[in-house]
Amino acid sequence: MTSLILRTMVRLLLPLLLMFSVFLLLRGHNEPGGGFVGGLMAATGFALVSIAFGSTTARQVLRIDPLFLIGVGLLLALSSGLVTLWLNQPFLTGIWYKLSLGTFGKLELGTPLLFDIGVYLTVWGVTLTIIFALEEVG
Amino acid sequence: MIIFAVLSGFGLAFLAPAICRWAKERSGWWLAILPFALTLYFFSLLPGLAEGEVQSLALAWSKELGLTFSFRADGLSLAFALLVGGVGALVAVYAGGYFGTKAPVERFYFWLFFFMASMLGVVLADNVILLFVFWELTSLSSFMLIGFEHDRNEARTAAIQALLVTASGGLVMLAGFVLLAQIGGSWELSSLVLRGENVRANPLYLAVLFLILIGAFTKSAQFPFHFWLPNAMQAPTPVSTYLHAATMVKAGVYLLARLYPVLGGTPIWLWAVGGVGAATMVLGGALALSQTDMKRLLAYSTISALGSLVMAIGIGSETALKAMVLFLLAHGLYKGTLFLVTGSVDHESGTRDVRHLGGLRRAMPYTATGSTLAALSMAGVPLFLGFVAKEYLYEAAYKVGALWITLVFLGALLNVLIAFRVGVAPFWLPAPAESGLPKRPHEAPWSMVVGPLVLGALSLILGVFPQVLGSVLVAPALSAAAGERLEVKLAAWHGVNEIFLLSLLTLGLGIGLFAIRNDVQRIAARLALPWGLDTLYQRTLDGLFALASLQTRVLQHGYLRYYLITIIVAVVGITAGGLFRWGGGSLPHLSLDLRFYELGIAIIIVLAGGVAVLSRSRLGAVAALGVAGYGVASIYLLFGAPDLAMTQFLIESLTVVLFVLAFYHLPNFAQLTPKRERMRDVVIALITGGLMTTFVFVAGGIQIHPSISQFFVENSLPLAHGRNIVNVILVDFRGLDTLGEITVLGIAGIGVFALLKLRMDQHPAKGGRPAQAGTKGGKE
Repeated sequence: MTSLILRTMVRLLLPLLLMFSVFLLLRGHNEPGGGFVGGLMAATGFALVSIAFGSTTARQVLRIDPLFLIGVGLLLALSSGLVTLWLNQPFLTGIWYKLSLGTFGKLELGTPLLFDIGVYLTVWGVTLTIIFALEEVG
Repeated sequence: MIIFAVLSGFGLAFLAPAICRWAKERSGWWLAILPFALTLYFFSLLPGLAEGEVQSLALAWSKELGLTFSFRADGLSLAFALLVGGVGALVAVYAGGYFGTKAPVERFYFWLFFFMASMLGVVLADNVILLFVFWELTSLSSFMLIGFEHDRNEARTAAIQALLVTASGGLVMLAGFVLLAQIGGSWELSSLVLRGENVRANPLYLAVLFLILIGAFTKSAQFPFHFWLPNAMQAPTPVSTYLHAATMVKAGVYLLARLYPVLGGTPIWLWAVGGVGAATMVLGGALALSQTDMKRLLAYSTISALGSLVMAIGIGSETALKAMVLFLLAHGLYKGTLFLVTGSVDHESGTRDVRHLGGLRRAMPYTATGSTLAALSMAGVPLFLGFVAKEYLYEAAYKVGALWITLVFLGALLNVLIAFRVGVAPFWLPAPAESGLPKRPHEAPWSMVVGPLVLGALSLILGVFPQVLGSVLVAPALSAAAGERLEVKLAAWHGVNEIFLLSLLTLGLGIGLFAIRNDVQRIAARLALPWGLDTLYQRTLDGLFALASLQTRVLQHGYLRYYLITIIVAVVGITAGGLFRWGGGSLPHLSLDLRFYELGIAIIIVLAGGVAVLSRSRLGAVAALGVAGYGVASIYLLFGAPDLAMTQFLIESLTVVLFVLAFYHLPNFAQLTPKRERMRDVVIALITGGLMTTFVFVAGGIQIHPSISQFFVENSLPLAHGRNIVNVILVDFRGLDTLGEITVLGIAGIGVFALLKLRMDQHPAKGGRPAQAGTKGGKE
């Protein structure tokens, strides 16, 4: 679709949508958000690029094959569960590490975050795989 | 340390391809280092065992389900582990020479070591579920190795047969394990062993026994499941040596010995285990009579040997178990040698047919030496380990009754014949004049001589000095199998008594049979039944395939609309059934205390639904559906579920995008269905909608299990460090579900990709609209 308005808006929207998707992912543990909706948001950004500029351009902008994202996502989610085996804990036990940032307070990092990143990447990859494939048929 | 013994095997499997590429023709030697080191490690554990030190280790897996990664190395485990490691090292070296560098040797070594690690897992695991997992992994690697030459139809068929028989036997066994753990009160073998009396007194004892026996019998090729083993000889010879002679087929024997203190010692055990073992022992020997292929001869004699082992466990006396452990080692040594020798003979002369082979002694002196030593051990010639084992077997059978000793005698006699036909005749007898060999024979490379020589020499050395084995290995293994500490004093020579005379008689008669072997073979071939269990297996499989294609024709008709109808009607039917059962049709009191904007949203949703149904354009219908979806999302928002609302908004938007992309490929909108069909669809839709509405109303009032929402609310922050309960449930409390869901999602994505790309390859022309798919798939 060669619409000037759409193309201009997409240029502006893509970075915003991506940033927002990461924001959603990271806040998910305490506020509304999470990996699933974040992944969808990220996919929406590239779906827009794909509609405005075509899937070839969208693939170039993304640089990574969406299929690869699926694989990495699943692997991350799985490995976040396997980390626990080293600590002699059951599979997928959440393990937390408190990071002190001085005046900024403290940051709690845990394997569920890694898991959520896995969900994020998988959802992102699956959605884009389907959208690109549909667009490239015929 | 034990867990590293298993893990390092898997590690080696994954490294093997790289090592092969680096070490080229020397890879066999390099790859043998780890199995050899493992063998030494297992040896180093033996002295501790005599003093009662048992290595064990348990890691958490899932405490709630009673699952642990627990390993335990007692005498019985180590006896098997030594066999797995030692023969593994020799086979790795041998395969280097056997395959050279031309075959896909990387793949071979990968599966070989994958098998080795799984087999070590089977014999070292303490948790029954862990044992089962490793058990099925050995079946899987056996499948890959039998079908190693996958371009041959026979190899594929044999691989599938072996997998179907052993893996389904394994599943039956799993049911037995679960029952056993229920009535025994533990998932750990080491605790179950102490509760044997409770288990045997339980009314479910028989069920447990038979379920587990089926697993053990399929794996160890006992009658009536023996037929897969001769067919498995389609595997390359190093595989037959390792899996189908020395180790994997003995997993069933291991399991029976392991569970003897739990399940054994009852009259039914004697007849079910001992009886099947004895029958297999004689049957294996008898079926070998008509064979002429060295490998098949050995396969049937392996069946016979496995039968003797199982029979010994069935008898279960101290002597019988002693005979079992000794025969296990003796058989591993001599049968391993003979298989390797068969591979070398096949490799260097081009045939395995005993009718054509002869006089190889001059061409292959070292192979001949190893082969002869092994054959003498197998025949039970005094001073060899096979002799010592056979003496004990006779003694054990002698104490039970005349029937048993007759059967053991028959089995032993037939094995003497096989030993001489395979291990002696090709080397020491002159070659038949009329037949020329396909290749001019010469000695095999060094790597293929080491194995037979080492194993053959061990058969002799351990036979002369069995007392070395007695205290170090047999006593701990026997104690583990019997469930009490026992001392073992072995001797090569028991003096002249009835049993010794019986041994001599076996040997003499066997050699007599050997002298008339060609007549025996001809008569046996004429008497052999034209059908057997193999045929029955094939018929069953054919029947299954016929049934599968029948139900596919009926159910998988390829019409999307009927699939949808089937799915919807099934869901509605099941839900309605559930409603009747739980709800009884009582509707909860409805409060119509609606705010005006809530009512507004509701009206919008209903209107959008109507537009979607009546619209004459696809885009219109989809846009209307989107409106309905947004309406629902707004309701989520109003009732305090922002996560759900946000996700719903995004999904609705993306769905519209996907629909638009898909519409591009569909033909123009048209009404093709007659009115009658559309009325039917209306009825189905109304019933479904009505039922789902009722369901939602009623479901709110039904509480089958106590609610766990309160648990999530209370523990989200303290346990999972998160305030957003929805997300905490997704990534932490129910993380495993989510993992499953994203895996399914990933597979679905790859599936869509594959289907669309596949179509693109079939229709390379750009813009061409595949007419077939368009007209058949769409309802419009």
